[in-house]
Amino acid sequence: MTDATANGKPEMLTTADGKPLKAALIRAQARARRRAFLLVLPLLAFILITFVMPIGQMLHQSVYNPGFVMHEDIGSGKRTPIMTNLKVWFDENPAGTEPDEAAFAALHEDMLLLRELRAPGQVGTRVNYERGGSRSMFTKAARRAERMDPPYKEAFLDVDEEWADPELWRVMRDASSAYTFNFYLAALDRSKNADGEIVSVDENRQIYIKLFTRTLFLSVLITFLTFLLGYPIAHLLATLPLRYSNLLMIFVLLPFWTSLLVRTTSWMVLLQSQGVVNDALVGMGILGDDNRLQMMYNQIGTVVAMTHILLPFMVLPLYSVMRPINPSYVRAARSLGATSWTAFRRIYFPQTVPGIGAGALLVFILAVGYYITPALVGGADGQLISNLIAFHMQNSLNWSLAAALAALLLAGILILYWLYDRLIGIDNLKLG
Amino acid sequence: MASSQSSDAFVEFDRVQKSYDGETLVVKDLNLTLPKGEFLTMLGPSGSGKTTCLMMLAGFETATHGDIRLNGNSINNIPPHKRGIGMVFQNYALFPHMTIEENLSFPLEVRGIGKSDREAKVMRALNMVEMGSFGKRRPAQLSGGQQQRVALARALVFEPELVLMDEPLGALDKQLREKMQFEITNLAHELGITVVYVTHDQTEALTMSDRVAVFDDGIIQQLDTPDKLYEEPQNSFVAQFIGENNTLEGTIKEIKNGLALVQLDDGELIDCNPINVSKPGERTRVSIRPERVETNPARLTEGAHTLKAEVLEFIYMGDIFRTRLRVAGNDEFIVKTRNAPDQKRMTPGEHIEIGWLPRDCRALDA
Ligand SMILES: Nc1ncnc2c1ncn2[C@@H]1O[C@H](COP(=O)(O)OP(=O)(O)OP(=O)(O)O)[C@@H](O)[C@H]1O
Ligand SMILES: [Mg+2]
Repeated sequence: MTDATANGKPEMLTTADGKPLKAALIRAQARARRRAFLLVLPLLAFILITFVMPIGQMLHQSVYNPGFVMHEDIGSGKRTPIMTNLKVWFDENPAGTEPDEAAFAALHEDMLLLRELRAPGQVGTRVNYERGGSRSMFTKAARRAERMDPPYKEAFLDVDEEWADPELWRVMRDASSAYTFNFYLAALDRSKNADGEIVSVDENRQIYIKLFTRTLFLSVLITFLTFLLGYPIAHLLATLPLRYSNLLMIFVLLPFWTSLLVRTTSWMVLLQSQGVVNDALVGMGILGDDNRLQMMYNQIGTVVAMTHILLPFMVLPLYSVMRPINPSYVRAARSLGATSWTAFRRIYFPQTVPGIGAGALLVFILAVGYYITPALVGGADGQLISNLIAFHMQNSLNWSLAAALAALLLAGILILYWLYDRLIGIDNLKLG
Repeated sequence: MASSQSSDAFVEFDRVQKSYDGETLVVKDLNLTLPKGEFLTMLGPSGSGKTTCLMMLAGFETATHGDIRLNGNSINNIPPHKRGIGMVFQNYALFPHMTIEENLSFPLEVRGIGKSDREAKVMRALNMVEMGSFGKRRPAQLSGGQQQRVALARALVFEPELVLMDEPLGALDKQLREKMQFEITNLAHELGITVVYVTHDQTEALTMSDRVAVFDDGIIQQLDTPDKLYEEPQNSFVAQFIGENNTLEGTIKEIKNGLALVQLDDGELIDCNPINVSKPGERTRVSIRPERVETNPARLTEGAHTLKAEVLEFIYMGDIFRTRLRVAGNDEFIVKTRNAPDQKRMTPGEHIEIGWLPRDCRALDA
């Protein structure tokens, strides 16, 4: 700050008619920007409506379950708050208080309303999510509520001894507010005990963490296998003369053009214990007829079928980075004294890393969320986390738990994506 | 040249043939002997098999027939990385994922040279091509000429005895090309390396090389020093391909005392130097360089044949005058004259008489 800008301010550039250059530039570009924005607007709206909103909805559902606090009439859509009296009692008494007559009186009052709304099932289901066997207690108690007389505590215990269970009251207390993290706890094989402390669930009921680990492991394995199989294919595709490589490309893409179900079923035909592979092995005398290999309805089935199905997602990005690699690089390396292995390792391979990254990310993300193939060929052993999410969506109807599981899966993928960005760099990704 | 095992032979192609598809021979019958320290250029039109020859020498293509020897040893069975041949590729082939230093260090690393030694050699090679301050950059961050110099440094850094260059200056502008031509020849002579250089720019070939091999149609048409090649082309392809050239067509009348009498198609007679014509009656193409044409009959030897010519165009080019004439029915007959104080400037329409020394007028195959 010495000479040119003696008065402390840099000289402002202006256009020919004396307006500030920057403002003029912004104005000149604004129109173009508006037009560009209008062009992407439909897609933006489409993505917002079909993608961002459902995911937001899902995330919300994973922490919000109004089953214990709000009833919505299916016909009229009228919303009625429920279990309000019990809520008042919970608010007045700290967690862990033994339920007294006042508590049961409030419960009785609420039961009457439930009965009127025909909603005891809904409330029971909500409690049942966290404490098995609770649903029937609610329906039974609601049926008898009208005929109950004080003291209500005894009346309820009369219906079912379990009404005194502190665990049940802990669950009801948690459920009495619609927002809860308990579904996340459940998704991580944790729950709260009667005192509200977070503990692991029984050993034999721990399934989710095991499934997450298995999903992660199988996805990594499948990604690795597609890489192992896809790399040489992509290389061949990229170096073969065009007419051969086109033919080979058709072979790579052929599975793409076949329905997923057909492909999966064809693997069933091949791999089942009375299938082609086993028959052939038995026929050749390699296997005895009574110890056929079990390759279907277990992890082997899942891995084999998914590796096959996801292979093109590895081959295509690899191919797209390999095609433009000039053969003269490897030749140069060779002429500079490198063996063919060194030339591959130091010169060719590093240039394909962006394709490997893209392919691996693609295959891995697809594999982590894969549903149909494990459902068909995985048996009990080869199920992935998505199958359990589907189970909670369709069978147990515990949508909040399904949402929590899905949210954890999403978080896991985002963390991996972030790691990938840190380690390899997302701008190094080349999808084609 | 019966025995190709001459003592000073460093690189030898011995009756080499090459076919890619089994139907056509890309290289037909290549015999070439290269002493140590020579700068040899392969010059020829596109598709004449120059790159193929280099690739065979470097080991990326195998000869279909014949033998290639390096230092007397057949290299057909030596893998490329053991040949110790430096190579500059047409597209430079600098490894894009490595910095310039890493690029240069690569050939040293694969040879197991220690780190401090490597750094010293890399630095020396970079300084040699005046690229010392660019070591940390990636190839994509360099201009074409800079990349070219790095490619050259990389081919030289492991001190090979033989360096192959495939049209390394093709992508550069004229000025840079001329500068690089000069630098490459200087380096080659300083380091005493043997160079096989490929180009289709004839000026480049003439200015840089000790000897030039003119390729066409898979065979060497002529292998000679630049001056011989220019002044004494052995056939009409070479005469046409190297430099500017005037051609007159005719028939041999007689050959005697080392002089051929040629009757041009319009009936005029001229004396020529018979090169690859043998008997009267043969068709011939007579070739004269534009600067060897004499427009002042007083300076010709007595009794020399002269031809009538009509001036069609006069172009002033500063250092020289370029005059287009009609001679014996040929409208594209060019004469170049030095811009000397006494040189006459011709005007279109003027009729003059031209002539030349029979030595400069070469009767070649038709
Ligand atoms: N890999 C190949 N397969 C088949 N034919 C080839 C191959 N490489 C070159 N050819 C053919 O061999 C001939 C000679 O090719 P080459 O590359 O040696 O020519 P060149 O003299 O280097 O030409 P340019 O000056 O254009 O580089 C050409 O007709 C070309 O079509
Ligand atoms: Mg070439």
